[in-house]
Amino acid sequence: MTSSTFNTGKIFNWRLQLTSRGQPLRLLNLLALPATGVLVFLLLWTVGARNIDTSLGKFPGPVAVWEQFGALYSEHQRSRDKEAAFYERQRERNARRLAEDPDYEAKIRDYTGKETFIDQIGTSLVTVMSGFLLAALIAIPLGIAIGLSPALNAACNPIIQVFKPVSPLAWLPLVTMVVSAVYATPDPIIAKSFINSMITVTLCCLWPMVINTAVGVASVDRDLLNVSKVLRLPALEHVRRIVLPASVPMIFTGMRLSLGVAWMVLIAAEMLAQNPGLGKFVWDEFQNGSSDSLARIMAAVVVIGFIGFLLDRSMLQLQRFFSWDKDTATH
Amino acid sequence: MSTLLDISQVGMEFPTPSGPFTALRDINLKIRQGEFVSLIGHSGCGKSTVLNIVAGLHRATSGGVILNGREVTEPGPERAVVFQNHSLLPWLTAYENVELAVKQVFRKRMSRPEIREWIDHNLELVHMTHAAHKRPGEISGGMKQRVGIARALAMQPKVLLMDEPFGALDALTRAHMQDSLMEIQADLKNTVIMITHDVDEAVLLSDRIVMMTNGPAATIGEVLDIDLERPRHRLELAGDSHYNHYRARVLKFLHERHAKPGLDRSQRQPAPVADETVQGSARDTGKVVDAA
Repeated sequence: MTSSTFNTGKIFNWRLQLTSRGQPLRLLNLLALPATGVLVFLLLWTVGARNIDTSLGKFPGPVAVWEQFGALYSEHQRSRDKEAAFYERQRERNARRLAEDPDYEAKIRDYTGKETFIDQIGTSLVTVMSGFLLAALIAIPLGIAIGLSPALNAACNPIIQVFKPVSPLAWLPLVTMVVSAVYATPDPIIAKSFINSMITVTLCCLWPMVINTAVGVASVDRDLLNVSKVLRLPALEHVRRIVLPASVPMIFTGMRLSLGVAWMVLIAAEMLAQNPGLGKFVWDEFQNGSSDSLARIMAAVVVIGFIGFLLDRSMLQLQRFFSWDKDTATH
Repeated sequence: MSTLLDISQVGMEFPTPSGPFTALRDINLKIRQGEFVSLIGHSGCGKSTVLNIVAGLHRATSGGVILNGREVTEPGPERAVVFQNHSLLPWLTAYENVELAVKQVFRKRMSRPEIREWIDHNLELVHMTHAAHKRPGEISGGMKQRVGIARALAMQPKVLLMDEPFGALDALTRAHMQDSLMEIQADLKNTVIMITHDVDEAVLLSDRIVMMTNGPAATIGEVLDIDLERPRHRLELAGDSHYNHYRARVLKFLHERHAKPGLDRSQRQPAPVADETVQGSARDTGKVVDAA
């Protein structure tokens, strides 16, 4: 299940080595070729976009999308200014009331303006990390238990195999109903839409971590297990000193795959759960249907891609930092 | 000297779909305190199984092993093992690898400074002090094996079990390691059981060489006492007639009387014999004198 990610990396690496005999060639490989790829893509996009007519006008080309990035950022700036002004007015009003009546208890009201694109990125990141961490908290101990016990593995395997391929969209209605029933407070501190999205993310990104952790734990080198036996390490020490460190590379591989799944699932979950993140942004723009909508959605697509890439790279850095096996922590 | 380790009537059967497979039968061997015993035989003859039974990693299906008057039923640090491929924990440094063993064995008996000193002492013994804080991935195969030996020695085992400890090393490194091992052995006088493929290694290091017949149902074919003065030096011994006599005895056993099926009988190549083909039927085990 992990081979595909690593194989592509290796092929890529091998090609680089084939042509990189000298410094200039390496520079070409590292900068010039990717830049050319991007340029060709932008060209194809521009040409293609001109030829696609939609009910909302022409499909946006790179320039239109670039303009929307600017627009989205200045909207964010304006909103921040408004928010600052709102709190400033509130502070002044409260100060005035307090001066008139020393017993007056100042009420601080939150700013209720619409979330900007950048706020939504933040919400998405918080949601995906919460869902991912919750999944990790469940999946890693479960994976260790399954990996240690062939009996538990046999018992859990059918469930894992069946639930693993389930789409988030299938889970979401169930999650929504259950959350509404269980988490029934009139004034929730945490928004239900957030919880719905988070749990959906958790349910979908649980499996790669469970499977990889279990495989890592079950395939610890027999010699290392024998070392543990000769030393008569007690069960807990055995897990802590031998099994866990030995399976760290596989655990991280699972975490990386899971985070990728989590980010993909999140966008869909947010669309349906109306969690104020990037998924909701895309959905709202789609419903909104202004002449800028497609360009704004395309901008969101690019941002989603970039964040996904950055999340993966961060996991890789974490893996490099924590894992003793530097060989598996490439690409 | 009295018997420290008594292997008596050990037999081993593995269940297979076509009925039980007898790997070992009637293994009888008494080992004295401080003795260096080599087990030699073709690959697949069950040498490692014998070692694993002594280590407690396998349970014999018949017979048993008695160490110091107590039956061996499970693995333990008093029978430390040096594995063929070092089996150091790759995420720990050389020092930490030894430390794990020392802490596990001596935690209750040693203070912290004593533990540190004992680890340093054992790394010193195998000449690894300079690389104490390197991880296995950063040191050579020979160095890893040294650390593996330091870890085993640091447990102060009653019997040190070595499973082809130098099998994966190149010839020069191997010779160097053998010299180091002899040096340590002269110092500590451990009781050692070592598995080897290498006739020269066996003769050079051992007090006794236990030669095993081919499997299935492998057993001890012959036991050869090596009566050579210690300390032994490989260069002096190369021309020594006793040494060459012992060497010839082992070679004859391995290549004439118990030639591996499929190998030419006249082929008298020196060990190691690295043929991994599956064993055929046992040959003329009846002729063998059980010298145990």
